[in-house]
Amino acid sequence: MLSDRPAAFDRSTACDRPTGLPRHELEPGHAGGAAAAPLRLVHPPRSFARGFLPDVADVWAYRELLGNLVRKELKVRYKDSVLGFLWTLVRPLLQLFIYAIAIGVFLGQGRAIPDFGVYLFTGLVAWTLFTDVIGGCTGTIVSNAGLVKKVYLPRELFPLSVVGAAVVNFALQLVVLVAAYAVTESWPRPADLPLVPLALAVLVVFGTALGLVLAAANVYLRDVQYLVEIGLLLWFWMTPIVYDWTKVRTNLVDHHGLSWLFQIYLANPMANVVLAFQKALWPGGDTRQGQPFAYDGDLYLRLGVLLLVCTALLWCAQRIFARTQGNFAQEL
Amino acid sequence: MGNPVIRVDGVSKRFTIRKDKSLKERLVNFRRSAAHAEVFWALREVSFELDPATTLALIGHNGSGKSTLLKIIGGILAPTTGTVARRGRLAALLELGAGFHGDLTGRENVYLNASILGLTRAQTARHFDEIVEFSGIEEFIDTQVKFYSSGMHVRLAFAVAVHVDPEIMLIDEVLAVGDEPFQRKCLERIKRFQQEGRTIVLVTHGLDVVHQLCDRAVVLDHGQLVLDGTPVQAVRALRDRYAEAERLAAPEAGGARSVHITDVRVLDTSGAPLRAIDSGGALVLEVDVESAVRREEWVVGIALRNHMDLLVYGTNTRLLGHRPPPLHGRRTARFVLPSLPLVDGQYYVTTAVHPPVGPEWHRLDRTAVFRINSDGGEDGVLHVDPKFEVVEGEGLT
Repeated sequence: MLSDRPAAFDRSTACDRPTGLPRHELEPGHAGGAAAAPLRLVHPPRSFARGFLPDVADVWAYRELLGNLVRKELKVRYKDSVLGFLWTLVRPLLQLFIYAIAIGVFLGQGRAIPDFGVYLFTGLVAWTLFTDVIGGCTGTIVSNAGLVKKVYLPRELFPLSVVGAAVVNFALQLVVLVAAYAVTESWPRPADLPLVPLALAVLVVFGTALGLVLAAANVYLRDVQYLVEIGLLLWFWMTPIVYDWTKVRTNLVDHHGLSWLFQIYLANPMANVVLAFQKALWPGGDTRQGQPFAYDGDLYLRLGVLLLVCTALLWCAQRIFARTQGNFAQEL
Repeated sequence: MGNPVIRVDGVSKRFTIRKDKSLKERLVNFRRSAAHAEVFWALREVSFELDPATTLALIGHNGSGKSTLLKIIGGILAPTTGTVARRGRLAALLELGAGFHGDLTGRENVYLNASILGLTRAQTARHFDEIVEFSGIEEFIDTQVKFYSSGMHVRLAFAVAVHVDPEIMLIDEVLAVGDEPFQRKCLERIKRFQQEGRTIVLVTHGLDVVHQLCDRAVVLDHGQLVLDGTPVQAVRALRDRYAEAERLAAPEAGGARSVHITDVRVLDTSGAPLRAIDSGGALVLEVDVESAVRREEWVVGIALRNHMDLLVYGTNTRLLGHRPPPLHGRRTARFVLPSLPLVDGQYYVTTAVHPPVGPEWHRLDRTAVFRINSDGGEDGVLHVDPKFEVVEGEGLT
């Protein structure tokens, strides 16, 4: 019946592109109509074992968007607040203040450990980065439900944007640390500084792996975000941030002979990261008084092994995430 | 053409609705978890192919699975079984401004949303002025989006979306927003997309849009593809389904079913049955109405629709100012249409009988058909028999 219509109204004659090139055709990456591209399966099934690299390639293709999402995370967080970015510093500084008073002064730890404020802060910046990553990732798919349900992008972008924003905040807090060095006029030894990027890599890889799994789990079970809060609290005290690791050794190994338990304690990736931060960034560890409190094991080896383990974890986490993400849109 | 842009192959989608979402409930009901899950199929074995430069409408009643299908084509949902293949860049306008964040300004949101839809920053920057101009909200571009009215929100979002330059565009019910000039602007834009040979799949409840824009339509019903054809066929099939559903759902209040249209006849002025007339000719419609109970007041109406399901003419006894005598038993209502200056084509007669106020007693869609013959060479509805000549121009000679 469409053929009843005169040719002028028949769209099939208008299918050819207009004589003048459409403006988009002139752009790189936009040229070529649909006919030029190959017919591709949408989400071809990727095997559990071999799907990692193609998925990473997908994320890489969206790297510019990832940058924009990180920027959005940062912009939105303190939008409309007078102090803006300064707020990122308030929480760690308050924590620092509380622990410095409660543990450093009241419990007398500050008399034993030199530069106790800096000691605390090196651990706290690492820990803040970790909680920002884990806490942020957990809720990220749920809080971006609007996008997840309406637009296709590799869903890994949401947790990754949280990681990106957390790393930027971490960098800001390092500025405070540098200021503290300037005030106390004691600078860390450059010899141990290579530990910092290594520890940071372990932290980010480990946090991302955990974050991916938790983000996916939270979609299916909203209890996860509350469990994460409790878990992080427990984890905080299992990491030598506000106390020093020698106390744990004294209690477990010397008093009770539980050296296997101490080894488990030291296997905690965050304990290693924090110990590395303290060793590299806490100038007090170089003084005679502070030396016992700096970890004496081979941190390079420990962190290297952890980095490998955490990379394997990240691989597993991404595969779990990829398996579950097909149903995100309907579960939200 | 054998070179499809989208191929949907045996796609099914199963939804599992769990009633227990919290950990406690899961643990308590762990063993019975399967029993607590309710399974339903949003789509079953849907297959079709779409050639380049076509505009396809997915239509169906609420919950028929059309939005699910659109999301599967867009890759937002993964099908339970079956595959979807497609070529070229795709932009899904499932919800305008899905990526907008209220705390960011319009400008920031344009960049963010464009990158979500796949534009690079440099490309966005190049189209930025155009986008803002299209949206028509220049003054507010540096205001936070949370202060926008919903109309401004939609304008900006659509402006971004149409500048993404996709080869395939998925549109879900987004044309129903914005004021009329803006809607017209959107429609024009979509028509330009069509002219540029892009492929569009749209989900809509506005069946007029289907006629206006699409050259193919798929009707879904409870997840099954029931019809794949021209927009006219599809809209007609869907309207029949709606009518059927209404009839089934209608309460039999006040013995409504006791009033029936028993027959509709198309006749010429002498009373002989008629199949075709020349344009401008006369026509008589006779409608037999029967009622088991006595009805003091009743209205009978007719409507003529063309092959596009467009209402060409309609009237009823009340609009004509007639008050027919009480109805009891059988009556025949006769409408004489002295002149039908319509273009060549098939016309369908719909009749209905109803009280002056309240729901229809009985309606028959397209019960009779007749043809109007004219010389053709016309589009639209009216046959005007125009004259044409080229008038001698001045000045250029």
